[in-house]
Amino acid sequence: MSELREKMERDLSESSEKPTSGAKAPMDSASVDARAEALAYRAAPDFSNWSCPLPLAGYPTIVMGHGGGGKLGNELVEYLFLPAFRNPALENLGDAAVLDLGSGRIAMSTDSFVVQPLFFPGGSIGELAVNGTVNDLAVSGAVPRFLSASFILEEGFPLAQLAAIVEAMAKAAATAGVQIVTGDTKVVERGHGDGCYISTAGVGVLREGIQVGPHRAQPGDAVLVSGTIGDHGMAIMSVRESLEFESQIRSDCAALNGLIAEVLDLAGSAVHAMRDPTRGGLASTLNEIAHSSGVGIAIDEASLPVRTEVQSACELLGLDPVYVANEGKAVFIVAPEAADSVLKVLRAHPLGRDAARIGQVTGEHKSMLVARTAMGSNRVVPTQIGEQLPRIC
Amino acid sequence: MKYLTEFRNGEIAQRMAREIHSITTRPWKIMEVCGGQTHSIIRNGIDQMLPAGIEMIHGPGCPVCVTPLELIDKALAIAAQPGVIFCSFGDMLRVPGTDADLFQVKGAGGDVRVVYSPLDAVELAQKNPDRQVVFFGVGFETTAPANAMSVHLAKRRGLKNFSLLVSHVLVPPAIEAILQSPGNKVQAFLLAGHVCSVMGYWEYPPLAEKYSIPLVVTGFEPLDLLDGIRRAVIQLESGRHVVENAYSRVVTFEGNRAAQKLLAEVFEVTDRAWRGIGVIPKSGWRLSEAYREFDAEERFHIAGIHTQESALCRAGDVLRGAIKPAECAAFGKECTPRHPLGATMVSSEGACAAYYNYGRFISADELATAGSGLSGAAHV
Repeated sequence: MSELREKMERDLSESSEKPTSGAKAPMDSASVDARAEALAYRAAPDFSNWSCPLPLAGYPTIVMGHGGGGKLGNELVEYLFLPAFRNPALENLGDAAVLDLGSGRIAMSTDSFVVQPLFFPGGSIGELAVNGTVNDLAVSGAVPRFLSASFILEEGFPLAQLAAIVEAMAKAAATAGVQIVTGDTKVVERGHGDGCYISTAGVGVLREGIQVGPHRAQPGDAVLVSGTIGDHGMAIMSVRESLEFESQIRSDCAALNGLIAEVLDLAGSAVHAMRDPTRGGLASTLNEIAHSSGVGIAIDEASLPVRTEVQSACELLGLDPVYVANEGKAVFIVAPEAADSVLKVLRAHPLGRDAARIGQVTGEHKSMLVARTAMGSNRVVPTQIGEQLPRIC
Repeated sequence: MKYLTEFRNGEIAQRMAREIHSITTRPWKIMEVCGGQTHSIIRNGIDQMLPAGIEMIHGPGCPVCVTPLELIDKALAIAAQPGVIFCSFGDMLRVPGTDADLFQVKGAGGDVRVVYSPLDAVELAQKNPDRQVVFFGVGFETTAPANAMSVHLAKRRGLKNFSLLVSHVLVPPAIEAILQSPGNKVQAFLLAGHVCSVMGYWEYPPLAEKYSIPLVVTGFEPLDLLDGIRRAVIQLESGRHVVENAYSRVVTFEGNRAAQKLLAEVFEVTDRAWRGIGVIPKSGWRLSEAYREFDAEERFHIAGIHTQESALCRAGDVLRGAIKPAECAAFGKECTPRHPLGATMVSSEGACAAYYNYGRFISADELATAGSGLSGAAHV
């Protein structure tokens, strides 16, 4: 992403000298072609070489007019959003996208993204916006199909950064196999936003015969997690708080619908509950499931997959990785007899290599999460009140 | 890196716990001084591994908890002023003042920032010459060297817009105050390892002698704590009372001489009020004459502070070890981490919050048997 950002900034500085000569002196001939093509406003995006046609009407940054419903706003749609997200439903540019979802029940979800910084190791707000909504649908047992995307932009926000975010969204949508079919842009005065906020909604079609929900965990069920915990939260913290760790921690931001589909193909109704442990981390997610299902959950701390660098960073700041956010992990509550086979499927998937069985559902200590510590003693792991605060010493 | 695993070995921990069981013949009350140790004891369930007769009493060593209400109120008043950048460690933000906390001041437009080192605040001052940058310098001897370094640097760089709101407290006078208090139940202390890494432990032999009490310099990892407890019990059982160092990989008798020299230059000993406990003579540090110009209290002259503690809160009794958090009538009812009445319910190092978070909802017996089927799950 930083490469992309550098390129955008480089392009921008070239362009701002000569506003209409965006195609001048790019780094290689492939991107010359891509830019030329994009500038001619006729290309369906080929993301291997795709580049956004900037600047628009000579403005290198967002101005109030981009949200004014006039020509500037239209240009943003026509030259940026449409080429990036192009699909038949979007192309009509109507007030609403008309979708064919076939028969069956649909799932719908919405989410807002206000992350700072907008670009971080392992991703950006763009990937987060797409993957977050895709994952919310997927863990509900749905096949994600269509997303909406609303942008709230702050006056003065560099168009090059917006283009980089849009490109990241387009790539993430293509990877997840979903289409962004409708959207909106608003501009707020400088100082009234934080660069760029994105709000998404998503719809998906529920898979036949799948009954999952946070209230369906049963005593005896196994608790599985699809990989290492805490990566996203510590990646954000490492750049946001200007902490310099020896090794860079990358966000785990990823779309999980493929991985989840494989699990459901295999285990079907043996999967009782799925969640993506984002804000509040694994502990909050398991507490919610315990509460919704009226069961207890016991986990073994020694079995939790945590990267060494994440654990070290948490130790340094006095944080507990079970409360740190993830953006590409899922928790599965499955019937005990299916646990081994689900774990095998998870580990065979590129996004589930570090999957682990971390505990079980029990009829005891209802609505509570209890962890067996490495010392062999137990502790209650409560839901956090607010965000975790780094400790003094 | 190896410290993350080496001192958390469950098998060795169980072995040490068995040893403590085998040498314990009578009930003993041991106080761990430092809030970091309280956190680790509860977090790792060390208290459950001990014989029933050994009671860990949680000491006053949580800087967040003992910072006086008046100073919190001053911090809130300074942070709310336009033109001020108020910097603090993260867990001070939720400590309740009389009417609000720093989060609320931030929400109302105050520029309150979490930093990880006072030196970051000095950098902020350098970068923002038109703003007054204040760092909330709280804590024990552990955080003092970095705070001292911040004013030292500010002076050397001639910064006129940096100041320190100081509430430093010292461990030895607090231990002495506890030992002198009527009805004291503490029979041995685990000394705070990180305090001793700075100060050494040359201050403690007279205390051990005067009060006939075992003092064991102890670290923070589970095995460190078990070793500290083991050594304290051995002394108690054999009627000895000396200072022992169970944290020798970090702590020396002399401590960090360079840090002590800087501390002596920047700070001077003063009487200090401890929240919930009261004034303990010569139990804190303030900026010395040479550095007084960097004292935020001098710079901002906040007047008209009228503090009012909650009438229900018994944080002082908890901090003195007189009661356990759950024995306070407000615990878990009027007072929770969401609505803390006292500072001990705020910090994750605070005894009340540690109790509430890690143990409150479940009986000791139920907790001990929870997840008994887990051993299979761990080794899939």
